[in-house]
Amino acid sequence: IACLCEKGNKQNDLFSDIQNLQMSSKILVGKCSNLTLIVMVGLPARGKTYISRKLTRYLNWIGIPTKVFNVGEYRREAVKHYSAYDFFKSDNEDAVKIRQQCALAALRDVKNYLTEEEGQVAVFDATNTTRERRDMILEFGAENGFEIFFIESVCDDPNVIACNILEVKVSCPDYQDCNKTDAMDDFKKRIECYRMNYQPLDPDQYDKNLSFIKVIDVGRRFLVNRIQDHIQSRIVYYLMNIHVQPRSIYLCRHGESQQNMQGRLGGDSGLSTRGRKFAGALAEFVEEQNLKDLKVWTSQMRRSIQTAEALNVPYEQWKALNEIDAGLCEEMTYEDVRERFPEEFALRDQDKYYYRYPSGESYQDLVQRVEPVIMEMERQENVLVICHQAVMRCLLAYFLDKSADEMPYLKCPLHTVLKLTPVAYGCKVESISLNVDAVNTHRDRPEEVKRGPSILIRRNSVTPLTSPEPNKKPRMEGLDDPIIREVTPAQLTLCSASHTTLGCLICPALSSCFS
Amino acid sequence: MNVTEDSTEQCGNSLTRELTQNPLKKIWVPSSTNGLPERHISQRKVCMTNCPTLIVTVGLPARGKTYISKKLTRYLNWIDVPTKEFNVGQYRRECVKIYKSFEFFQPDNEEGLKIRKQCALAALNDVRQFLTDEGGQVAVFDATNTTRERRETIIRFAEQNGFKVFFVESVCEDPDVIAENIVQVKLGSPDYIHCNTEEAVADFMKRIKCYENSYQPLDEELDRDLSFIKIIDVGRRYLVNRVQDHIQSRIVYYLMNIHITPRSIYLCRHGESDLNIKGRIGGDSGLSARGKEFAKALRQFIQSQNIRDLKVWTSQMKRTIQTAEALGVPYEQWKALNEIDAGVCEELMYEEIQQRYPQEFALRDQDKYRYRYPKGESYEDLVQRLEPVIMELERQENVLVICHQAVMRCLLAYFLDKTAEELPYLKCTLHTVLKLTPMAYGCKVESVCLNVDAVNTHRDRPSNVDVSRLPEEALLTVPDHH
Repeated sequence: IACLCEKGNKQNDLFSDIQNLQMSSKILVGKCSNLTLIVMVGLPARGKTYISRKLTRYLNWIGIPTKVFNVGEYRREAVKHYSAYDFFKSDNEDAVKIRQQCALAALRDVKNYLTEEEGQVAVFDATNTTRERRDMILEFGAENGFEIFFIESVCDDPNVIACNILEVKVSCPDYQDCNKTDAMDDFKKRIECYRMNYQPLDPDQYDKNLSFIKVIDVGRRFLVNRIQDHIQSRIVYYLMNIHVQPRSIYLCRHGESQQNMQGRLGGDSGLSTRGRKFAGALAEFVEEQNLKDLKVWTSQMRRSIQTAEALNVPYEQWKALNEIDAGLCEEMTYEDVRERFPEEFALRDQDKYYYRYPSGESYQDLVQRVEPVIMEMERQENVLVICHQAVMRCLLAYFLDKSADEMPYLKCPLHTVLKLTPVAYGCKVESISLNVDAVNTHRDRPEEVKRGPSILIRRNSVTPLTSPEPNKKPRMEGLDDPIIREVTPAQLTLCSASHTTLGCLICPALSSCFS
Repeated sequence: MNVTEDSTEQCGNSLTRELTQNPLKKIWVPSSTNGLPERHISQRKVCMTNCPTLIVTVGLPARGKTYISKKLTRYLNWIDVPTKEFNVGQYRRECVKIYKSFEFFQPDNEEGLKIRKQCALAALNDVRQFLTDEGGQVAVFDATNTTRERRETIIRFAEQNGFKVFFVESVCEDPDVIAENIVQVKLGSPDYIHCNTEEAVADFMKRIKCYENSYQPLDEELDRDLSFIKIIDVGRRYLVNRVQDHIQSRIVYYLMNIHITPRSIYLCRHGESDLNIKGRIGGDSGLSARGKEFAKALRQFIQSQNIRDLKVWTSQMKRTIQTAEALGVPYEQWKALNEIDAGVCEELMYEEIQQRYPQEFALRDQDKYRYRYPKGESYEDLVQRLEPVIMELERQENVLVICHQAVMRCLLAYFLDKTAEELPYLKCTLHTVLKLTPMAYGCKVESVCLNVDAVNTHRDRPSNVDVSRLPEEALLTVPDHH
C-alpha cells in the first residue's frame, strides 16, 4: 500500500489500486459470514415455498448468493406421475423411501452449492415436520460446518389455507389432470397425512438450543430463538416486514426533464413541456386506477417532485430515491464523457453494475442505498414510486429477480408506468405507456465489449444475483447412483449472462451465454 | 440563492405549483404563494404517522427495563424521532423523599400503593403533555406494569388520547444476570445511598419478591390483541406480537440486535492527510508524514490494549484505509463511513467557501446539523446513512472504527446521547482515540491522545452567523493551516 501514496492521481490507477486493495482486504478479512442452511418447517400450504422464494430473491438482491432446494421438485422428477394423496401416507413404505431419497439428494446438492459453487445461503424447502428429519439435517449441518436456521410457518386459519391451495397448489403439475374441487380435496387429505406426525418446533424443551423463527398466522406473531449472526438478524427483520395483502406497486420515472432533452446525465433540472404533460397524464392514470390509500413517494430531485405535484395528493420525499450520482460526469452528455474520460467510459461498459463514477456511485452502491426503500415497500400496500432510471432499474431487479448483470440494462423508458402485482410466487408486470412522447435515455449493452474481471464481493457492498433456477434432477434409480449433471436445452435458455459467477462454473456453454 | 422554477403552466386539468428549494436543506418544496401550508409534502422521516406511540415496559425489578428504555430513547432520538422516557421510580423518589425499606412495596401497604398509583398517573400526565403539546413522537413509560389491571389503565389512557401502545416486556430468571444488574445500577441508586452492599442487595431481593406474586406476564392468548415484544433471557428468545407500523418494526429490530456482553468500541479518525494540512475539506487524499506516524502509533496502541477478537472498520477513502493498513490486521471497508459529501465545496478552504459562497457559509453556521452542502450532504443525511453502521456496532463486540470528523461526530453523538445542536460541534481531534465502554445506563469515555502532532480541523461556531456579516467575522474561528 506504500505504492498507493506515491502514485499519481490518475483515476484509472486509483481504480485498479482500490480494486487490488479491496481484493487484498477481502483476502485478509476472510469469509465474513458463515455458510447458512435455512430449513423450512411446516404443514403443506403454509407458505413455505412462498417464503423460501421471496427470501431468496431478497438475499440475492442484497448480494448474498442464495438458492432454494425444493424437495417437492425432486420428488416430481423421481416419481413422474402423481396419482393421489396416498403417496404421502406414512405407512406407504415405498413412497417413504422415495421421499427420503429425494431429501438426501437435495441435501447433497445443498452441500455442493455451499462448498463448491460459492453459495452462501441454501434454503431447504420441505415440510421437515418430524424431529427425526430435523435431527438428520442438524447432523448434516454439523458435519459440514453450516449454520442452521429454521423458519417454521404455523397457521390454522382455514381461509388462509384454502386460499393458498387455490393460488399455488391447484395449478401445480401434480394436479394438471384434475379439476379444482378434486385437487382441493386431494390436497386437504395430503395435509392430513402430515398432520398426524407433525412435531412443531418446541422452544421450551426439545428445540430450545436451535436457532429459529416461528411465523404464526401469516405474521401476526413471531417467536424468535437464538439469533446467531448478522444474516439471521436480517432474515428475521425481513420476514417480520413482509405481508400477503393484495396490493399493487407502481413504478415510473419523473416526466421528461430538460437535461433529458439535452442528452445529459444527472443534474437537478425541471420538467420539459412534455414532461409536464406526462405529469398530468399520470394524475389521470392514478385517478382511473381508483386505489385505496395510495402512498406516493418521490426522490428529492426537482423533476421527480414536480411530477408528483401534478397528482395533487400528499407525497413523501426520499433522499434514498435520488438518481445515481455520476460524480465528475454529472450533467455531461455521453459524448462528453467519452471525450473527457475515455477510460472511465470503457470501464463502465465493461462492468456497468460494479462500475463507480469517479467521486460518484455505482449500481452496487445504489442497491445498498435503496434497500430501506424496499423494506418499507414490503410493509406498505399500494405505492407509487416516482423515481429515476438507475433507481428504477434497481427496484425492478428486486421485484422481478433480475441479476446484477441484467440490472443496468433493464428497460425503463420515460413516460411509462410499470404496475407490479404480486401473484403466486412472483410478480405480474403490466407496462402502461401514457402516450406522451419523450426522448429515449436507454443505452444498450455494447456488442463487442470484453467482460472485465469480476470484482470480489465485499460484505455491505451488495451484488444481486438472480435466484438460480432450482436444480432439475434426473430420475434416480438408487441413492448410490452418481448424479450426472447434464445441461439440457431448457437449462441453456434459462442460463442468462447473469450466471457469470455461479451458473457458468457448471455451465459448459460459457462463452455463448453472453448476450 | 436558488431560483424559482419557471411558470406555472397548466397541463391538462392540473396545475403544477412552483417549486422553490429551501436554502438550508436544499429540499424542493412548493412555494406557498397562496399562504397555504405545505401539508402535501413531507420529507421522509421515520415516524410518518400522526399517531404518537406509547412504549410501555413490563417486568419485575432488575430485568433491564430502564436500561432498555434509556437505550431505546437514545437510539430513537438519534434517528430523529423525538422520544422521552418517563421513569415512575423517579416520580416516586420525588414524592417520598426518603426511601426506608422494601416494605414500601409490599402489596398490603396501602399508603405505599396509593403513592405509587399517584406517581404513575403523574407520569402519564406528563406523557400526554409530551406527546400532545410538546411535539413528542414516542414516550417510554418505564415502570414494572406487572399487573393486567395496571396495563389496562394505560391502554385506556392511550385510547382516550389517540396514542398507539407497544409493550416491551423483559423476562429473566437467570440469577447471575439479576445479581449483576443489581450491582451495576441498584447499589448506586439514591434509594440505597445510606446502605452497605449486603444490606442493599438483601433489601432489593425482598423488593423483587413483593412484585412476584402479583406478576401477570404478557400472555400469548389473553393478550393476543396487544402489540408487544417479550424479551426472554436477555435476548436469547423473543416473542413478537402484532407489530402495527414502521416505528414498531424498527424498535423490534433494534431490540433484537442489542446485547449486554462487555466490550469496547474504539473511535478515531484517519491519520492527518495532505488536504488536512492545507486546510481543505473533503477530498480523497493520502496520509501526510505525521499521519503515517499516527498509523504506526495506532498499531502499537491497539496491540497494547490486548483486545480479544477486534474488528476493524474503515471507510472507502484512501486516508482511512492507509491508516488501517498500518495495523497489519484484517479490516472491512464501509462506504457508509465515508466523510460527509461537501458537494460543490469539496476540497475548498474555508476562506474560499466564504469567498465563493458566503451565503451558504452563513446558512451552515446558522444550522449546521440540517444544512446540506449544494449537491452534497447534511449531518442529518449522514445520520441516516450511518444507521446500519450503528446497528451492526450494536451486534458486534470489540470494534475499532477508523473514520472521519463529521462521521465520528455522528457516531459519538449516538453513544453519548448528544443532541442535533451539539453533534456538529463535538470535538473529534486527529490522532486521538476515543474508547467507549458501556457502563450502567450509559457509556464511559476515555480519550487517548497518541502524541503525534496534527493540525486542528475543528471550527467553532462564530458569534455572528448572519448572512450580512463581514468575511472576517465569518472566518474568525477557522483553525490554522498552511
